Amino acid sequence: MTIEIRLHHRFGAFVLDAAFAIERPGVTALFGPSGAGKSTIANAIAGLFRPAQGRIVIGGRVVFDSSTNIALPPRARRIGYVFQDARLFPHMSVENNLRFGWRRAPERAGAAEFARIVGLLGLDDLLGRKPAKLSGGEKSRVALGRALLASPSLLILDEPLAALDAARKAEILPWLERLRDEAGLPMIYVTHALDEVARLADSIVLLRDGRVVAQGDAFDLLPDLEFANLAGASPLGAVFAAEVAHHRDDGLTELAFDGGTLLVPRLDAESGTRLRVRLRAEDVMLARVVPGAISANNVLSATVAATRAADDIHADVQLRCGNVKIVARITRASFARLEIVPGLAMFAIVKSVIVDSR
Amino acid sequence: MVLTQAESEALLLSLKISTVAVIAALPFALAAAFLLARTRFPGKTFVDGVLHLPLALPPVVVGYLLLITLGTREPVGAWLLTHLGLRLAFTWKGAALAAALITFPFQLRAIRLALAGLDRGLSQAAETLGAGPLDRFVNLVLPLALPGIVAGAITAFAASLGEFGAIITFVSNIPGETQTLPLAIYSALQSPGGEVEAARLSALSIALALVGLTLAELADRRVRALIGQ
Repeated sequence: MTIEIRLHHRFGAFVLDAAFAIERPGVTALFGPSGAGKSTIANAIAGLFRPAQGRIVIGGRVVFDSSTNIALPPRARRIGYVFQDARLFPHMSVENNLRFGWRRAPERAGAAEFARIVGLLGLDDLLGRKPAKLSGGEKSRVALGRALLASPSLLILDEPLAALDAARKAEILPWLERLRDEAGLPMIYVTHALDEVARLADSIVLLRDGRVVAQGDAFDLLPDLEFANLAGASPLGAVFAAEVAHHRDDGLTELAFDGGTLLVPRLDAESGTRLRVRLRAEDVMLARVVPGAISANNVLSATVAATRAADDIHADVQLRCGNVKIVARITRASFARLEIVPGLAMFAIVKSVIVDSR
Repeated sequence: MVLTQAESEALLLSLKISTVAVIAALPFALAAAFLLARTRFPGKTFVDGVLHLPLALPPVVVGYLLLITLGTREPVGAWLLTHLGLRLAFTWKGAALAAALITFPFQLRAIRLALAGLDRGLSQAAETLGAGPLDRFVNLVLPLALPGIVAGAITAFAASLGEFGAIITFVSNIPGETQTLPLAIYSALQSPGGEVEAARLSALSIALALVGLTLAELADRRVRALIGQ
């Protein structure tokens, strides 16, 4: 399903002028600092805000077109919306909240689907409660379930974690990952937090001052030094897909990826399981020769693709390892000593690998 | 205290007139509150003022205005009588209408405040879940505004019990038909040796007020619990 979005609206001195397309299911992060126009775009897609000009097409259906005066109301768009503040109906039980959109869906999901989503989000024990009796994390999960059960063709999550503390965020993220992997519908994830993007996004639309400044595949953009510059953040290192190859007798699991293999402490996953792997830039060391006796298990051969000075002390080096981009953050002193230039073949020593579920 | 027949008659009549007054005014108060809280139109301030007029006018004036429009010899009153068989002047129904008019602003204000205090975000959420305007009004706005509606109804009921000027002007002071508790107290005080009767009726009014206020508090808690507040 393709989603095309083109918007133009002036708010005093601020001009929102954004266009992008989403070509495949999965999570598209609408990412940028506060005031970049992310939520306004999300509201315009859902029909909660009417821009002066533009066109929004969702799966071939024009839901908004200023030139032909089409503007479907939110209820006709079938877009699930998860608000930052959950917005559960306080006078209804969790179950009746969940059934609110489900009852009103044009093609209502069956009882089995209802039970599946309740199970997927772990809501069984909450059904009889009122929203006031739920924790922040539980509210978020109910809001997710309620939106999903309305059988939307697109799900918008507007900073669903921003109101939660770190512990609650850690509680919700795995549910969001399950949702991404099992719900099979396109999701727009609005956030200003790069770590959430790194963990969840399949593609990224980077916004600044009401404009799209970068757009593309998350695995391509996240290790990109230019993207880091635009996002005003440190590059996160590499994010890529890997597959469980086999479990070794010495307690390690071998992961295969498009550029080699990685060894990690034993994972509780079957061979062939697809995983999302992150290598933080701080956890990657560089060497010009194969290091001999070292404790690190993972030494990848890679080629320098790009470099930049990160700050007064550090430099970022982007390397290609097969088809995967990785980034190392080293000191400028090391950078000078090793005479690093694009095209140089090097060895990346990976100190630690972060495995996210998928 | 055992009530005489005249006393219980006045008590029951007061309760009947107040109940009918509150119920009759409620739909109009709801509609007016929604209009004032949710819409914008030219002349809104003026309409707002007119709707609150009974609050500022002496009740006697309201009674007088009712008398000159709804008296059986006046055009509107005569029409109601011949076409609907509805006689308002000098009947308990007229008393209920007078009380409804006087206490209408109490309901209007309470409901309007409740509507203004509703989280618009909930309405947006309901919209994205497929609920149209009427659906949202019935399933979201009304239940969530219920504490305000109940509070307004209670205030209006209490004020109706005490209404004097508009009732006596419009429907007079007829025992068994329009003589509510305050009117009965007034009559007792007008007749020689009626002080004891006035004291008994006043004590009855105080007891009624105490019971009523307690019930109101309980109702308020119940309603809030119901909507998860």
